[in-house]
Amino acid sequence: MTETNEIWVLAEQKNRHIARVTLELLGKAVEFGTVLDVKVASVLIGSNVNELTGELAAYGSEKIYAIDDPKLNYYQGEAYAANVTDLVRQYKPVIFLIGSTDTGRDLAPRVAAEAGTGLTAHCIGLEIEYHDGIPLLSQIVPGWGVTKRMKILCPQKRPQMVTVKPGVFDVPKRKAPGNCEIVQVMPKINDRYFRSETIEVKAEEVTSRPIEEADVVIAVGWGVYSMDNLELIKELAEILGAVIGGTRPMVDKGWIAEKNMIGQSGKVVSPKLFISLGASGAMHFTTGFEKAKFIIAVDENPEAPIFKIADIGIVGDLREVVPCLIDELKKRGKGNGK
Amino acid sequence: MNIAVCLKQVPHPDYLSKIIYDPTTNRLQRAGVPLIINPVDKNAIETGIQLKEKYSGKIIVITMGPPQAKESLEEALAMGADEAILLCDPAFAGSDTYATAFTLASALKKIGLCDLILCGNETLDSGTSQVGPQIAAFLDIPHVTNVKAINYPEDGLLLVERSLENGYMRIKVRLPALLTVTKEINKPRIPSAIGIMQVAGKPFNTWRLAELNLSPLEVGLAGSPTQTVQIPETEQRHAGDILQGDVTKVVKTAVAKLHELKMI
Repeated sequence: MTETNEIWVLAEQKNRHIARVTLELLGKAVEFGTVLDVKVASVLIGSNVNELTGELAAYGSEKIYAIDDPKLNYYQGEAYAANVTDLVRQYKPVIFLIGSTDTGRDLAPRVAAEAGTGLTAHCIGLEIEYHDGIPLLSQIVPGWGVTKRMKILCPQKRPQMVTVKPGVFDVPKRKAPGNCEIVQVMPKINDRYFRSETIEVKAEEVTSRPIEEADVVIAVGWGVYSMDNLELIKELAEILGAVIGGTRPMVDKGWIAEKNMIGQSGKVVSPKLFISLGASGAMHFTTGFEKAKFIIAVDENPEAPIFKIADIGIVGDLREVVPCLIDELKKRGKGNGK
Repeated sequence: MNIAVCLKQVPHPDYLSKIIYDPTTNRLQRAGVPLIINPVDKNAIETGIQLKEKYSGKIIVITMGPPQAKESLEEALAMGADEAILLCDPAFAGSDTYATAFTLASALKKIGLCDLILCGNETLDSGTSQVGPQIAAFLDIPHVTNVKAINYPEDGLLLVERSLENGYMRIKVRLPALLTVTKEINKPRIPSAIGIMQVAGKPFNTWRLAELNLSPLEVGLAGSPTQTVQIPETEQRHAGDILQGDVTKVVKTAVAKLHELKMI
């Protein structure tokens, strides 16, 4: 076992490209690598992945652990976790950053438990801070209540592991790749690691616009439940060309699709205009759109925390405010010739 | 098929924004907050009941929590689970997901490992989705997260569909295994009057630290690799104008502002 003290990023790929969240995490890793004077390494696992090493190097990877095997073509939960855990045990990185994606959310908890370390889900901020001279990864997550954030540390166990949603950090600038060491790792692919086996992946046709790409996002919260249905909201969305998202309770109610859930465990969006309707403004929700350029919030409770972050707050009953908004926008010629 | 369903009692969503922290322990203060079964955990219970109805077997529901978590277990019994186990000990307080999963896994070992362990895919409160896969890791059994459909083609093997953001995966998984299910998988039943009456006759056990044969250092805050160390106040976005009063006028002002800023 070698203690490398490296900072690792799990490299995810999508259609033969490195996933955006991986680049975002590499940006953060490079920042920490400089502060701590340690190497930044990527863990790249799959089939024919070696062609992607150049891109990882261009975003700051100084070392790449490549685990390449045809049997690892699809995401294989158990086999991926076993391979990554082995690597963690062997090289003992100090920090391991993982995207909070379909893959990351499935893989990270298993790896953390098997490696005997902690894991913090959906961090909204990461910093290095010193405790008695020892650098620790300060992992920021939303708390409950009004405006609280919590800081989580993993003081003893290594690596310090976190997952981070796409969109929380910015993609760094691509650079000319520097020196990058490629470590070809012998894959573990015997049957023992395939008690669960992915046999097919079916992609669904994407019919609606991804919420993270919309210029205008309307988010509905628990208060909208009083409106009996979303028809008026849909009309408003059509007028503004907006995509509708919502809070977790609205997803639980089945009013909003899971992939349009906004917040810590959902999507992080940064549209030009964000309209929050009937959401009180719990941190778990608001962290999902803090980077929006302009925020309008409507809620009937004037004390709702959402008003502390809104550029314009409207106190009122949604059943009155929304039709009024539609009328007013129509008067300005919106929604006629769309 | 013997099935264990792990569930969590969480605050009612109406109260999520009203929850406060104890400033000295950094723990949630739950007093006065109505508690419910985490919504998607009911889908996990329903999944278990449907499998039992088809293939026979027994369903044990289990949770770790304070004494009032008993109510959630009783609701699960009323839905159709056969036995309930509450893991309740002051030593369990302050558990992170690692210690929670470790404690639940220890209880599942004591029960005698079931063929199938079911969890909801995410909780309403902390929403980490971590405990399920971590339990599977501690038990050294395979897991599949976000399962939206289950088939049982042959003994010891399940064929499941795992929901992805844009699509799904088909996965073969050998039993024993742990699955976390999504809310699309079914519609949880409401307990019937008979179901509610039967609760009192069903086995209900409370296990403390001693019954699990664990050291206090392995559970709760002491057994948690991660620690919540402080709750810093942070900068917020600057609050803008809050408009109140006549709705028509207020909306007119807001839309005019948007127009002026070329937002619309």
